Amino acid sequence: MMVEKTPILDTFTYVALLFGIMLVGFPILYAIIAATLPLEDVSQVPMSMIPGDQLFNNVNEAWSRGHLGTQLFNSFVMASGITLGKIIVSLFGAFSIVYFDYRFRVVAFAAVFCTLMLPVEVRILPTYEMAANLFGPLQSVWNFLGLDGVISWFAGHDIEVSLEFSLLDSYAGLILPLTASATCTFLFRQFFLTIPEELCEAAKMDGASPMTFFWKILVPLSKTNIAALVVIEFVYGWNQYLWPLLITTNPKMTTAVIGLHHLLPSPEDPPEWHIAMAGALIVMLPPILVVLLMQRWFVKGLVEKEK
Amino acid sequence: MIKKRSYFKSRKLPYLLILPQILVTATFFYWPAIQGIVASFQLSDPFGFRTQFVWFDNFIALFTDSLYLESVLTTLFFSGSVALVSITFGLFLATMANRVLKATTLTRTLLIWPYAIAPAISGILWLFLLHPSYGVVAIFIEDWFGIDWNPLLESSHAMLLIVLASAWKNVSYNFVFFLAGLQAIPHSLIEAAAMDGASPFRRFWAITFPLLSPTMFFVTVMTIIFSFFESFGIIHAVTQGGPGGSTNILVYKVYQDGFIGLNLGSSSAQSVVLMGLIILITVLQFKYVERKVQYTG
Repeated sequence: MMVEKTPILDTFTYVALLFGIMLVGFPILYAIIAATLPLEDVSQVPMSMIPGDQLFNNVNEAWSRGHLGTQLFNSFVMASGITLGKIIVSLFGAFSIVYFDYRFRVVAFAAVFCTLMLPVEVRILPTYEMAANLFGPLQSVWNFLGLDGVISWFAGHDIEVSLEFSLLDSYAGLILPLTASATCTFLFRQFFLTIPEELCEAAKMDGASPMTFFWKILVPLSKTNIAALVVIEFVYGWNQYLWPLLITTNPKMTTAVIGLHHLLPSPEDPPEWHIAMAGALIVMLPPILVVLLMQRWFVKGLVEKEK
Repeated sequence: MIKKRSYFKSRKLPYLLILPQILVTATFFYWPAIQGIVASFQLSDPFGFRTQFVWFDNFIALFTDSLYLESVLTTLFFSGSVALVSITFGLFLATMANRVLKATTLTRTLLIWPYAIAPAISGILWLFLLHPSYGVVAIFIEDWFGIDWNPLLESSHAMLLIVLASAWKNVSYNFVFFLAGLQAIPHSLIEAAAMDGASPFRRFWAITFPLLSPTMFFVTVMTIIFSFFESFGIIHAVTQGGPGGSTNILVYKVYQDGFIGLNLGSSSAQSVVLMGLIILITVLQFKYVERKVQYTG
């Protein structure tokens, strides 16, 4: 925003920006260089800032040592599942809340929006218990009503009914609990409210059913918002830490971000930071690509989420 | 509550449409939250065989526990530092980027991608940079300040490490919002002030900064929430709350006491405290936002 000529300030602006970009980029640049070096170079103090030719070997080593193939696949399933789940659930939810009038509309709205901003981190233990046995609530009701006694009386001997369905170490367990978020629904609701009334009236006059209106008009109109949320939720899903840490004990079900710390050299090991950095680069690449390639929608979505 | 003037009439469809959201919310939010609140009033042995209702004992124990109070202070210091560093730096970069109209998109591309990096990975990158024997920044610190740098043993060094890793990851998020906020400020206001002879600095403090206050508020809230919760990955991957509990922030303590220590009552009470805190923040935010948001249609 150049209102008047201020050569000194302009020079300062460029220098400051360049400095800022370098400062923000340095950790990654340093990691990239480290990932191209052999062990004897990376353990030199200070490390050489000239890239080596070992990138391929280091990536290979990190890939096989860290079981990155399996873990990247798990991360991908989790991130896509969360993205898809959240968007579908919230599109339907927002459609119901905005375009229908029914008795429990306000109650449903309030119940969903109370969960806005409450991250899984504040309710980890009970959510974990819930995932460990999805039928826990039913079991509680069962025990509360003393139905074991009734059954035993009928059967003539002691019977203990235990209802169990566990989500531990499963993709459903990684995905489902994290689709309980109101932010997407809120965003779609805000967007639906800005859509002209005439569209719905015209559709009704043409005899379109609600679901035809939804698929033929509402969803195509929401394309930009959906694209933005795909970026945001994919990054969110890929970078989840606490929840996959709790719910997976089987190493085959771990996600890449969590598995990464197995590549960190401990004090007794040789300082293989080149392997650790190569692994880190592989794991951070997919979300970075998604953000950079879809930058326009991503920025729009991020800023819109604020409103 | 706002709804459309023209809407559809159907007896079952709206319920069917909202059902998935209600089911997921009830199963993974309401039930666990209620369980958590109930557990915070109970005392149970680690194997869950016996539970006893103890009223507010868990909370009283919590707020008289010096370790917990220490963790509260650690969290406040940590999130305050992260907010200060990442907001100042993000606002500064956005102001600069807003001045160079031509290269805004390029600058944004070059500054945006740390947003995509997982907190745990950010922690690992900074651990390497600040590693006592191999880190290049660590060597710089030792040479220039003559400090015996060791974030693996020294509390304040470990704190600096996690603050830097969190702030670095969060700068790009704040930058995007400040840049959008700056671009929304009417150009005419700035021009009018310039014509009245206000210098660029004067214009920033007298016009831009006050007009940016809603963005500032939002970014501050989001940064605090980030450092309270999402920084878990950094702590777990890098310091594990150490050395000597110096980076044991509240969310890590919930995990440690609940999952490692199996102290269910205390961990639940801590969760309830965090829940209350975040509800308070959300209510505050909505009260503030409501004043500036207008709906049309």
